[in-house]
Amino acid sequence: MQDIIRLNLPFDKEELKKLRVGDRVQLTGDMLVFRDAGHKRLYQSILDGKQAFEYKGETIYFMGPCPAREGEVLGSAGPTTSCRMDKYTPFMLDNGLLAQIGKGKRSQECIDAFVRNGCVYFAAIGGAGAIYSKCIEKAEVLYFEDLGTEAVRRIWVKDFPVVVAIDSQGNNIYNE
Amino acid sequence: MIKINTEYIAKKIGESIDKISCEVEPSCKKAIKDALEKEDNATTKFALQVMNDNIELAIKEHRPVCQDTGMVVVFLEIGNNVILTGELLQKAIDEEVKKAYVSLRKSVLDPVSRKNTGTNTPAVVHTTFVEGDDIKVEVMLKGFGSENMSKVYMLNPAQGLEEAKRLIVESVRIAGSNPCPPVILGVGLGGTLEKATLMSKHALFRKIGSTNPDPVLDALEKELIEQINDLGIGAQGFGGKTSCLGLFIESFPTHISSLPVAINVLCHCSRADSFVIDGKKEGEVCRI
Repeated sequence: MQDIIRLNLPFDKEELKKLRVGDRVQLTGDMLVFRDAGHKRLYQSILDGKQAFEYKGETIYFMGPCPAREGEVLGSAGPTTSCRMDKYTPFMLDNGLLAQIGKGKRSQECIDAFVRNGCVYFAAIGGAGAIYSKCIEKAEVLYFEDLGTEAVRRIWVKDFPVVVAIDSQGNNIYNE
Repeated sequence: MIKINTEYIAKKIGESIDKISCEVEPSCKKAIKDALEKEDNATTKFALQVMNDNIELAIKEHRPVCQDTGMVVVFLEIGNNVILTGELLQKAIDEEVKKAYVSLRKSVLDPVSRKNTGTNTPAVVHTTFVEGDDIKVEVMLKGFGSENMSKVYMLNPAQGLEEAKRLIVESVRIAGSNPCPPVILGVGLGGTLEKATLMSKHALFRKIGSTNPDPVLDALEKELIEQINDLGIGAQGFGGKTSCLGLFIESFPTHISSLPVAINVLCHCSRADSFVIDGKKEGEVCRI
C-alpha cells in the first residue's frame, strides 16, 4: 500500500476523485463541524425556505467536542457515528457539499449520492478523541450556539488522519 | 454497624470519573496493543496505531480518550452492616458527576424535549446488598456509539442456546463499524427482561483475559469470541483479525417459557473502574 497522502482543505474536486478506498490521508485546512441536532435544525431551516447557512464546497466533520482544557483549542474531538446523518446526506451532496468525515457504514442512498456527485466519505478513527484534539489549531462556533457541543463550528486542522471509506466510484471499505 | 457517608462515596466516584475519562482500563489498553501487533491489513494497522497512540496520549496528557465521555453508570454492592448517612445516594452522586463533567462533554438530555440537562446528570445508579461491612463501587462511562448497537431478545425455549449464540454473533456483524470495534461484549443470559440487560452491563466490568468462574460459560465465551473474530470486521470495521477484545457472560435462572438474551456492546476504549470502600477504615463504627 502507498504512503500517506497529504491533502489541503477546502478540497479540489479533481483531487477528491483521485482518491481510492483504503487510502490513508492527512488533511490540513478548515472544515465545518456539526452532528445530529445541527443537521436536524439546518434541514428544517431549508424546508422552511430560510436556509440557516451555506455549505457548498465544504467538508463536514460529524463531531461534538469535549470542552477545551487549559492549553487546548478544543477538547477531545473524535468522530461520531455517521449513519445517523444519512437522512440528510443525499440532499446535501446534491447541493454542493464535497465531503463528509465520520465513522461507520452508510446507507446505499448515501453511497449513490457520493458517486453521483463525485464526492468522498472519509472515516476518522473512532475513539481517538485526544489525537484529533491535538490536530486542531483553531476553532470557532458559527451557528446554533445554544446546542452546546452540537453547535455548528469551523475548525482549522493540521495533519488530521483519516481513511477513504467510500470513494467517488462507490468503493466501500465496509464491504471489502 | 458501620456508618458510611454518601458524600464520601460520591466524592470517590467523582475522582474515578476524572481518572477513567482519560485512562482506558489497563487490560483493554493491553488488548489494543496486542491487536496492533497481530494485524497485517495496512489500513487497519494504521487505524490501530492511531487508536493505540490515542490511548497513550490521553493518559500522558490527562485528556479525555474519547469526546463521548458517556453517561455515568454506577453499581454499588452495599454490605448489610452498612448504614448510609448524609444526602440521598442519587443526589450525592449527581452532585459529584456535575462537578466532574465541567471539563467533560455533557451528553445527557431529556428524551422527549431533547433539552440537555447541562450537567451530564443524572447518573444511572444500581444498588444491591451483600454480606459485610464494605461497599464495592463500580463506575463506567458508557459511550453511546456502542450502546446504540446493543440488543435484547426474548427467545423461546425451542430456539434455545443455539439461537442465542447466533444472535450474539449476528449483533456484532450488524453493528459492524458503528461501535468503534474491536468491541467488548457483555451478555446477560436468563432472568427477566431487565435482569438480563442489567447483567449484560455488569459483565462489562470483567477484565479482558479473565476466566469466567463457571466453566460452561467460560467455554461459551471462548467459542463466541472465536466466531466473532472470524467475521473479519477488524478495528474500525476496516477488516482484520481482531473484531472482539473480550466477551463476558453473566447468567441467572429464568422462566420455563423463555430465554432472555441481552447483548451490551462496548467500544475498544473501556472506561471502567472498581474499588472498595473499607467500612472499618473509611466508615464510622456505631451501635444501633
